[in-house]
Amino acid sequence: MIEFRGVTKRFDDGTIAVNGLDLVVEAGTITVFVGPSGCGKTTSLRMVNRMIDPTEGTVLVDGKDVLTVDPPKLRLGIGYVIQQAGLFPHRTVLDNVATVPLLSGWSKAKARSRAAELLELVGLPAELGKRYPVQLSGGQQQRVGVARALAADPPVLLMDEPFSAVDPVVREGLQDELLRLQAELDKTIVFVTHDIDEAVRIGEKVAVFREGGILAQYAPPAELLVRPADDFVASFVGKDRGYRSLSFVDASGVEVLPAETVRAPAASGGWQLLVDAERRPQGWSGPDGTVVPGGSLYEQGGAIRGALDAALSSPSGLGVVVDTDGRFAGVVEAHQVLDVIESHRG
Amino acid sequence: MIFADAIAWLLDPVNWSGAKSIPVRVGVHLLYCLGAVLGASLIAVPLGLYIGHTGRGGVLLVGSSNALRALPTLGLVTFLYLVMNGVQTVSVLIALVVLAVPPILAGTYAGIQDVDRGVVDAARGMGMTGSQRLWRVELPNALPLLVGGLRNATLQVVATASVAAYVGIETLGRPLLDGLRVLDYAQVVGGAVLIALLAVGLDLLLALAGKLVIPRGLRLAAETRRRVKPVEEAEVVDVV
Repeated sequence: MIEFRGVTKRFDDGTIAVNGLDLVVEAGTITVFVGPSGCGKTTSLRMVNRMIDPTEGTVLVDGKDVLTVDPPKLRLGIGYVIQQAGLFPHRTVLDNVATVPLLSGWSKAKARSRAAELLELVGLPAELGKRYPVQLSGGQQQRVGVARALAADPPVLLMDEPFSAVDPVVREGLQDELLRLQAELDKTIVFVTHDIDEAVRIGEKVAVFREGGILAQYAPPAELLVRPADDFVASFVGKDRGYRSLSFVDASGVEVLPAETVRAPAASGGWQLLVDAERRPQGWSGPDGTVVPGGSLYEQGGAIRGALDAALSSPSGLGVVVDTDGRFAGVVEAHQVLDVIESHRG
Repeated sequence: MIFADAIAWLLDPVNWSGAKSIPVRVGVHLLYCLGAVLGASLIAVPLGLYIGHTGRGGVLLVGSSNALRALPTLGLVTFLYLVMNGVQTVSVLIALVVLAVPPILAGTYAGIQDVDRGVVDAARGMGMTGSQRLWRVELPNALPLLVGGLRNATLQVVATASVAAYVGIETLGRPLLDGLRVLDYAQVVGGAVLIALLAVGLDLLLALAGKLVIPRGLRLAAETRRRVKPVEEAEVVDVV
């Protein structure tokens, strides 16, 4: 658990980066600090491992005031990931990952074998360990950065805009990877980003900061989208927050209907779903027998946003539902989905 | 032809034996150069590491050491020689050290300052102490520029060690001075060629040594930077 108690940071030039922050980061959760630039989110993060010391107030990690711990010793026990990874260019990937174990006094052999384990954990092939950072892609470097932070198995992980320098597709992969890792490792993670979508996607709780270092709202992402505390949060969260909040609504009330499927297109006067031998959707056969590409697929058990999107993007107006193996399971209609959403309101 | 004469002078067996022969002068010249670069390194490298690492006094020190470059070495040698009652060796060495300090200091300091801020931040954030950061991260990453500073200093010292001849030391400046005095240009050119060859030879040697000490990851990074198109490089700089 990380606790901020009345924490203020005033820099020498008089600017107030963080203003009276009171906040508790629960153990074993991903908490995201989000806000526009200059809102104090990074400063707040850096006060946890004493990269910056507060002017007033106390930061506690597991009940212990961080100011009572010598900074290098404190930091050895806290994982740290930064934008563009900050890998050591003169060391191999493996030795980069082994850094903290070596600093903590492990033997070289033990540190390296641990580093190799971590490369595997973050989904990198072992032979990458012999390479140098410059020989990796941005996404791979970021994975190495995460592996390096996890090497000594610290209970707390600080991540300062770790994925903001990679392209959107890679970023999404890294976010998924982080969520997968977290399900396995159960760390206390503080994650700083300026991207509200990223915050809502990975945060179990999100702290929205505003200029002047003031905490505007601290809530689970669904609440942030549905009940923003004020106009600032509402505008920061963005225009289509109503739609995006559906990512957090359960779709179990939506009835999945059967529908006709065919193996080959035929002019039948109506829409028929094309499937392959494995019953995987392949698109639609239109009323005149032309093949039309399908819309998005909704995987059973997902949030209601996916069900609505499947219905809205389908050429036939019927959203295609698949099981976890990607096989056809039925269809949903937009008005049904909306009825379920309405019923959740009540 | 002057070059033919110079070659004849260089090949003349008379110039290859005795206390004033070419080998002796090359040896003396080399000794002074090594002494000067070594002495300058002992001063400039620790100083450069310190101000680069702490960020304290950098502008002042590098600036004032650059001002030293404006001192004419010949004048300095003469001055020191007079002040020290004719101690040749020390006055020449001091003057050459003064010449060699600025490029080594600037190279070391710039090398440390140039290390990616993210890399230093990560080192700190992972729990390295100040000295661990300096020796394990900053110094290895500063090596390309540090070696560059050393090569630069060596070139200058090799070219300038000739002035030692003014106070009577048998460096390769001797044939230059002697030749000028009696208008024997073959000797002047011959001496100059020897100095140039020495400079190029030492530079190649240092370049080779650089290849050995500069970590492979950094050499690969430098190659990658060279391959990158200018536009993309501009972007990379922008992000940093």
